[in-house]
Amino acid sequence: MNIHEYQAKEILAEYGVKIAEGGLAYSVDEAVQRAREIEGDVWVVKAQIHSGARGKAGGIKVCKTHADVEKAAEELLGKKLVTHQTGPAGKMCSRLYIEAGTQITKEMYLSFMIDRSSERVIMIGSGQGGMEIEKLAVTNPEAIIKIYIEPAVGLQDFQARTMAFGLGIDAAQLNHAVKTIKGCYRALRDLDANILEINPLVITANNDIVALDAKMVFDENALFRRHKIAELRDNTQVDNREVAAAEAGLSYVGLDGDIGCMINGAGLAMATMDMIKLAGGEPANFLDVGGGASAERTEKAFRLVLADANVKAMLVNIFAGINRCDWIAEGVVQAVRNIDMKVPLVVRLSGTNVEEGRRIIAESGLPIITADTLAEAAEKVVRARNDVVAQNA
Amino acid sequence: MAILINEKTRIIVQGFTGRIGTFHAQEMIDYGSNVVGGVTPGKGGQTHLGLPVFNTVQEAVDQVGAEASIVFVPPAFAADSIMEAADAGIQFCVSITDGIPTQDMMTVKNFLRRFPKEKRMMLTGPNCAGTISPGRAMLGIMPGHIYIRGNIGVVGRSGTLGYEAADQMRSLGIGISTSVGIGGDPIPGSSHRDVLEKLEQDPETKVALMIGEIGGPQEVEAGRFAKENMTKPLVAYIAGLTAPEGRRMGHAGAIISSAGESAAEKVAMLKELGVTICPTPSLMGQTVAEVLAKL
Repeated sequence: MNIHEYQAKEILAEYGVKIAEGGLAYSVDEAVQRAREIEGDVWVVKAQIHSGARGKAGGIKVCKTHADVEKAAEELLGKKLVTHQTGPAGKMCSRLYIEAGTQITKEMYLSFMIDRSSERVIMIGSGQGGMEIEKLAVTNPEAIIKIYIEPAVGLQDFQARTMAFGLGIDAAQLNHAVKTIKGCYRALRDLDANILEINPLVITANNDIVALDAKMVFDENALFRRHKIAELRDNTQVDNREVAAAEAGLSYVGLDGDIGCMINGAGLAMATMDMIKLAGGEPANFLDVGGGASAERTEKAFRLVLADANVKAMLVNIFAGINRCDWIAEGVVQAVRNIDMKVPLVVRLSGTNVEEGRRIIAESGLPIITADTLAEAAEKVVRARNDVVAQNA
Repeated sequence: MAILINEKTRIIVQGFTGRIGTFHAQEMIDYGSNVVGGVTPGKGGQTHLGLPVFNTVQEAVDQVGAEASIVFVPPAFAADSIMEAADAGIQFCVSITDGIPTQDMMTVKNFLRRFPKEKRMMLTGPNCAGTISPGRAMLGIMPGHIYIRGNIGVVGRSGTLGYEAADQMRSLGIGISTSVGIGGDPIPGSSHRDVLEKLEQDPETKVALMIGEIGGPQEVEAGRFAKENMTKPLVAYIAGLTAPEGRRMGHAGAIISSAGESAAEKVAMLKELGVTICPTPSLMGQTVAEVLAKL
């Protein structure tokens, strides 16, 4: 789960990481008020959306007067911001973070993440901050410091010192750097975050070490024990279809194609989408209905897939294990009857009680196209989609 | 032979008396697996499905000689149950539970590493369908009837995609020595590579099929292992050609978060390592058949 920059900064501040003075605003008036509360003569108005690379997309504005703050807030609030991480649809900006301007003398990069290969937390840093670490890894890999942290004992002082020196921090600020680095690690571990990234971490003109940006991504599986984190969820930053799916207990990812999919199992779902692509189509979504696909659940899944106006044909692919094909078939027939389906439907059933399932579909009298194999199902749904497009042309 | 389990393996069920544990314990018993009891803390001394219930895994090991376990415990408590099994001397543990926090798995793996390799419990999962040696034993939640006995060893992250593969092979008359589900989580108990190592040593297995997906480094690591250490041919399919970057595709571990984690990149690297790639998921059975025919 993603959270906003200001939320991540509030968390980090609790763990002893210095942040610039700032405040949250939901309106233009509030934005100006926040700026008035913050002393100084430079303010930064930052769009709070779940994406990095906001600066390049115009989501971060440096202001020298309160009138500038007002103008920046007007420009950003209620607008969709498109960054290279949001996709073409962009993300709605409904919150601003107004921060005191910081005089920067050095920019650095610091992150922590769970490394799948070593099954440990890895700490990554670079004295060359402000740019994308992925690009730096290609152009200048020597400039990146990686330190693996032993889970049983946690981050040690010597490791934090090694990182601090690697970042090029002066001896005078060493203790502060160690405190900052260890605070970040503790935040990640205490709160079940998978990723914590500060880009940039800066040294200011006053020789302070300050987190100028902050990103935290949390483990969805651990939210049951992190209630305060779970409350930070912002559904305005998530595809509406995905919010509806999560409420129905379904796993859904919206995509840009026009062939709707309903499949049981994540791996089979990905494989079915691959087949659609190989047959010349583009999937509109990923949807795993899970093992116990009841009639009610099936209908919810149908409604979700068909709520996407782009969908021109739909494919159901179920491999019944614990499930039974006859139950699934009954659920599909019921869903099609209850929903006024306007697009062609291809159903492929396999596994337990498959003959019975196919009989139910055949005897329903509904215009359902059936397929026996994965390849046949993909070909038929792509053909059905092409026929729809041809008719409408 | 087969790997990990056979008809004699003494199996216990952790989370035995719950609804899901009960259902699958019965399915395993019906399949012919040697289930010898179960563990539900606080219900020790009771009888369930005609079998003894124990308070601790250690009691099950001491009293009925438990060797393997299957975990149906809810996600908040599953890591603890897995470590209890390892501590009691269980040799093979399957964690079906989906939704275990990643940092809990980090703790579990760290705990397992404390044991010397020869005494270390092998863990598969979490979030997997289990392991089956067709005709001998099933330690999982798969539909046992779609698997026929043969000499293809299978390792895969996904449950239903594994069923699809088994079904395709069965329709071509090809059977399976052992099929091992390693699950869809970012930190799995065992990797593809760990299972390939076992399949390589199994005299009954002639060809290995790896069913992978987007996210993480483990398919390529397995390919590298195969190139350097395996005499048996390896066939692979990688799901997720259409998956966008940075989005979790159902499985917690199925997310492209860095270079080399997309399906196309994995396929390219595996090809370079000499692995035979199934061009489409509908050709898993046929690709295995072709490789088998060349032996």
